[in-house]
Amino acid sequence: MASLVAAPRKKPDAKPDELKTLTAGSLTRRQKQALDELGREKLVEMYRRMFLIRSFEQRCEQMYQQRKIGGFLHLYMGEEALGVGMLSAIQPDDYVVTSYRDHGIALALGLSPNVLMAELFGRVTGVSRGKGGSMHFFSKEKNLLGGHGIVAGQIPIGLGAAFTARYLESERVSLTFLGDGAVQQGTFHESLNMASLWNLPAIFIIENNQYGMGTAINRASAVTDFTLKAQGYNMEGVTVDGMNLLDCYAAMADAVAKRRKHPAPLLIEAKTYRYRGHSISDPATYRKKEEIERYQKVDPIQQVKSLLSELGWLSEADAKQLEKDVRQEVIEAVNFADRSEEPPLAERDLHVLAD
Amino acid sequence: MDTQTITMREALNQAMREEMERDERVFLIGEEVGEYNGAYKVSQGLLERFGPRRVVDTPIAEASFCGLGVGAAMTGLRPIVEFMSFNFALVAFDQIINNAAKTLYMSGGQFPIPMVMRGPGGPAAQVSAQHSSVLDSMFAYTPGLKVVVPSTAYDAKGLLKSAVRDNNPVIFIENELLYGVSGEVPTAEYTLPIGQAVVRAEGSDVTVIAHSRMNYFIVQALEQFRAEGIQIELIDPRTIKPLDVETLARSVAKTHRAVIVEEGYRFAGVGAQIADDVYSRCFDDLDAPIARVTHTENPLPYAKNLEAASLPGIAQVVEACKAVLYRL
Repeated sequence: MASLVAAPRKKPDAKPDELKTLTAGSLTRRQKQALDELGREKLVEMYRRMFLIRSFEQRCEQMYQQRKIGGFLHLYMGEEALGVGMLSAIQPDDYVVTSYRDHGIALALGLSPNVLMAELFGRVTGVSRGKGGSMHFFSKEKNLLGGHGIVAGQIPIGLGAAFTARYLESERVSLTFLGDGAVQQGTFHESLNMASLWNLPAIFIIENNQYGMGTAINRASAVTDFTLKAQGYNMEGVTVDGMNLLDCYAAMADAVAKRRKHPAPLLIEAKTYRYRGHSISDPATYRKKEEIERYQKVDPIQQVKSLLSELGWLSEADAKQLEKDVRQEVIEAVNFADRSEEPPLAERDLHVLAD
Repeated sequence: MDTQTITMREALNQAMREEMERDERVFLIGEEVGEYNGAYKVSQGLLERFGPRRVVDTPIAEASFCGLGVGAAMTGLRPIVEFMSFNFALVAFDQIINNAAKTLYMSGGQFPIPMVMRGPGGPAAQVSAQHSSVLDSMFAYTPGLKVVVPSTAYDAKGLLKSAVRDNNPVIFIENELLYGVSGEVPTAEYTLPIGQAVVRAEGSDVTVIAHSRMNYFIVQALEQFRAEGIQIELIDPRTIKPLDVETLARSVAKTHRAVIVEEGYRFAGVGAQIADDVYSRCFDDLDAPIARVTHTENPLPYAKNLEAASLPGIAQVVEACKAVLYRL
């Protein structure tokens, strides 16, 4: 008789040769086309946003140690290409919802580091008036529907936004970001089924960073190639290298181009890696140092930086200046948060109910 | 004023129909609401009138179609989510508590959730434990939700229309056994404010506070109380949250005694909260401790005799009234 003890499937680690970096000489056709679509100015701006996410979060770690930030802190570092690439391919009136790992998404959408740092500091000038914190960045202005703290709880919200888009016969699309851990929850199944049943313009992006907290995906999911799931819902599924900015951009650009006129759902699995533990209190001892180093060799930010340099789109000196400016922007965000007031006590009772 | 005599089922149907006529953003979503015309026929004819865009049949997936409602409400629509039974809302509790109730607050006021979650709740007849949950107090516990529990056709229509127009998530708990009960309802359009209790019968001996089906039962049995020589003042809160403490306190100040009746459990039930509010407001007015009549502390059994022995009956309400009047 077979043992009842789980015999986990092998973790589908990327082999070193599978982890490719962007080089100007070996771009695919779609990557070249992406470069044409984006052009120099936009690509440099995307690089700036990726660098901003990294710098912002490095500063967050510091601020956490100084106890200026409390509670949970789930960092996005390592996944910058994913958020910036994909969100650079949508329109401002499209809807976006994500999990608690929301700093990168919010910055990629163009929210100011000031209001985000102020939120982390629990200040009234924060993007959610200091009442949400790290996990609950919301922005009406950017159509960011949160920042959600319960794994997979945001998936039906993204479904609802896609429902609205269709109901109002708009050409908007809805993007739902979720982790690989959320794939195992019931709402993933339910929501993808309904999105397909009703042809909703719902794009579900699995940010597959390979761990649901400390549990590697092969220990949590019977299937580790998540695009296989799409078949079960009769929807298209694509895999993308989540460390590669141009691939992430292209996947989303192609997805939305088709879906604005002809609404249909899509499942994107973006293979990525988080450099830090699940949250700031997780030293991530369940991962080998070599594994992390392997991914750092294809660091998404370095990839873009060297591509920009190869293309002659950003000189070493200009890159230095840009990075310096971004670091200064983050310092100013910290100063802004520091200077900002705590929410007045009356705020405690505000927004429990709407008028 | 012209009136019509209609059932609560028809009253709810009219409320949804009128609100959907009035506001294009209102839609109905849930299991069997369309082609089947509603498991309890509350949505009869709505698909025919409004089409499948606005009357949406779902798969059996409460968590996600409820969460869909939250997402739709965040993006400008005004969903009415029907739970075929509130027992099934338990599957959607994360969406109700974490998303519907908390999003306005967590977002610092940016995203109101104008959404109604409605359907029948409470025990029916011999449907056993999993189909007889009384969840009123579980919803009322959470800040950010309103909880409405109508007992007449008139209240059901006026309150549901207000719930649809409210900018908050409203839990609207109907009662299966009241769907067929008829009542007088104005033919002209009207709404009723959420959070206002009503005095169903005036009396000077004891204030009896009861909602939903319990209120209906007591209205039916008023003669029995008179026969016992007890003048009850019967109050229907109609809304559990916000609770109209003012009306309750005014009555208790007059009668000096109170009995609270509910189909839910005693421990942490709605009546526990009502008693707390009444004690706080009327401590000096009371001539006897408040008495409560509730479900006994067990899952509701199937067997008819055990079911009856678990739920509050009129005899127990009469007894509780006598107890607070020291007439036992």
